[in-house]
Amino acid sequence: MKFLCVECDQQMAFGERQLPGDGTLAATFKCPKCGRVVAMLTNPMETQLVSSLGVEIGGRTVPAEPFEMVNAMVVAGSAGSPAWSSDAQERLARVPSFVRGMVKKIYADYAKERGIAEITPAVMDTARSELGLEGM
Amino acid sequence: MAPIRTYHQLTDPDRSGLGDQIAAQRGRVAERLAQVGRIVAVMSGKGGVGKSYVTAHLARALARAGLATAVLDADLNGPTIPGLLEATDAPRATSDQGVEPVEGLDGVRCISMALVLEDGAPLAFRGPVAESFVWRGAMEAAALREFLGDVAWGRLDILLIDLPPGVQRYVELCDILGAAPAVLTVTIPTAESRDAVRRAMRGAVERGSPLLGIVENMVGGQFEGTAADELAAEFATRVLARIPWHPAPDTWATLGTRL
Repeated sequence: MKFLCVECDQQMAFGERQLPGDGTLAATFKCPKCGRVVAMLTNPMETQLVSSLGVEIGGRTVPAEPFEMVNAMVVAGSAGSPAWSSDAQERLARVPSFVRGMVKKIYADYAKERGIAEITPAVMDTARSELGLEGM
Repeated sequence: MAPIRTYHQLTDPDRSGLGDQIAAQRGRVAERLAQVGRIVAVMSGKGGVGKSYVTAHLARALARAGLATAVLDADLNGPTIPGLLEATDAPRATSDQGVEPVEGLDGVRCISMALVLEDGAPLAFRGPVAESFVWRGAMEAAALREFLGDVAWGRLDILLIDLPPGVQRYVELCDILGAAPAVLTVTIPTAESRDAVRRAMRGAVERGSPLLGIVENMVGGQFEGTAADELAAEFATRVLARIPWHPAPDTWATLGTRL
């Protein structure tokens, strides 16, 4: 996708990207000749399509992490899965993102197998001990 | 109004570097697979013919024969490889450089969406529900790309890729690899299977995949027909094995030697 300032016949340059958090994306482009700025606004479906390509508009500032899309976008659980207490969620959030999805699955499977309805830090400690998952 | 310049006529550098980002993804896959001696896609075009069953048992036979073997379960919506290989651990990232595959029976390494999803959970993606058909296929292709590029396979003699029914995942695989992989085809004896598998094989030939041969599965039971022989003649390839309902212990080893 490129933007052309028709009046100047100049390719517009990327300016900045904003992710307001509602699934949409805003990206600005500026004409290097006349300075006109336009904003490209994508709806959630269009934004999703871009992210599915594993690319970032505006360029990557850090290299992609392993399983970046899988961990970020795949819903590992389903209805009937154990709930996560807020404390447990905070603790899970401290796990590096590239491994978070897998760690979450380990705890979720542990809880489901034992009929535990809510995962708490205490449950996580017990699971770590029983499963030999020190460091998770 | 003067004609507006076309996309390809705009050649200024793109700060987003989308082309470079895509190239980096491909480079990551190529780098990861550089230690893989051989990639074989197991495909059918027809569901229920036992692709995953054949893939898993073939992988085990190859591993028992001393080859470093792994299976990538590309059936993201109906993954069964971990169950067949009794690989139950969750894959773990050893560092930010890669994800360790899970080891199953006979030392076969594997990766599968079944190892990411909780038991029984369907594959679902976060995102807008409306018109998800627009982006879901792209998400699945991205997952396949990450399975190929982010798993620390290590040195492998052979990587089997278990494809789902149809040809879409095969096409995605070709695009991600940048080349058409060798293909092993699985069918059952029936005419219905023959017709479905023919389409898949034709698609594979058109993309440039070498055909390694055909495995006829579920032979000797209620399924009647000569699908494997007909397809072998039509595509000038071999019938590598006919797998009965109750395979003998050496069935898989023999198939492994014919690949």
